[in-house]
Amino acid sequence: MSTDGCGAPAGGVSAPATAGSQAIVEGRVTRDGAAVATGYARLLGTGDEFVAEVPLGDDGGFRFFAAPGSWTLRVLAPGGVRAERLVQADYGQVTNVDVTI
Amino acid sequence: MSRSDVLVDADWAEAHIGDPHVVIVEVDEDTSAYDKGHIPSAVKLDWKKDLQDPVRRDFVDKTGFEALLSARGISDDDTILLYGGNNNWFAAYAYWYFKLYGHDKVLLLDGGRKKWELDSRELSTEVPQRPRTSYTAREQDSSLRALRDEVIDAIGKRNLVDVRSPDEFTGRLLAPAHLPQEQAQRAGHIPTARNVPWSKAANEDGTFRSDEELRHLYEDEAALDFGRDTIAYCRIGERSAHTWFVLHELLGLPNVKNYDGSWTEYGSLVGVPIELGEAR
Repeated sequence: MSTDGCGAPAGGVSAPATAGSQAIVEGRVTRDGAAVATGYARLLGTGDEFVAEVPLGDDGGFRFFAAPGSWTLRVLAPGGVRAERLVQADYGQVTNVDVTI
Repeated sequence: MSRSDVLVDADWAEAHIGDPHVVIVEVDEDTSAYDKGHIPSAVKLDWKKDLQDPVRRDFVDKTGFEALLSARGISDDDTILLYGGNNNWFAAYAYWYFKLYGHDKVLLLDGGRKKWELDSRELSTEVPQRPRTSYTAREQDSSLRALRDEVIDAIGKRNLVDVRSPDEFTGRLLAPAHLPQEQAQRAGHIPTARNVPWSKAANEDGTFRSDEELRHLYEDEAALDFGRDTIAYCRIGERSAHTWFVLHELLGLPNVKNYDGSWTEYGSLVGVPIELGEAR
């Protein structure tokens, strides 16, 4: 994973991550058991305040390095698909959120 | 300058696929996105390998930019249509970069790659071959770019717009939440800066909000003095290019600069003032 600049990992993320001192929120988006590779995951804070967004990886995966606390994960996919999950993040933990659309 | 001079929708882009005078250019944060599929006929620019000096922290120089565009088959009188992922962050950055080197006709695709994908429009993996050109750039337009001493001097005098997320602004995070947080630098923001996250200027599908909404956001909600000069910054200058595009190109404010050194430079400078917490 690139850590300099804003370079995203080429081809999206790949699991698993090691949390270390990070508060990681990650997961996969699937439809009928198959990975959804075209779509976006958005991390929203209080009041739906936008925090971050990543394109889904080839395996439908996404990952955020959040701060500890409560977040809303929103998935956007073609066809006007939107799905949301509430997630809790904490330092040193990988919070896994798999989303079926 | 108005919205229709700088921003086009996907129908316009589709109608100009294959237009010999319009070069569609994809610029992404994830530099492999293009390879998975791009707008037919689009060429790729790598924001790091192509647009950054490989040694110093700076842009490629005028000669380097000329060599790059010549090799990609881009001419001075071509219309450049830019688009990319991440709600056009890096495409807006490239737009600003093309303007910095004096390219006349530059457009941004509203909604960028995201809206194109979410609308299930055609993507191609075919890489176009464009004949080599002889591109001539102008000297960098210093009226568009702020460097560090100018930023320090602007504290309390000009509008400083910090377009990072509230958590980065207050010092809770050092980078956007989709990136690792390990960074050897101080957190916080430049004193007197207002925090107007770039995302407030965009709709969920990546398109820009209306001029009326944007004007309300910056003038009323953020209380920017539109009579003053403005400098926008973020972490490395690409999100702030998005805001520069809004203020300078869409709203037509005359004196707006992008500080591309942004927080990775400012937050590492010795002796400069830093504020933590909410804007004062």
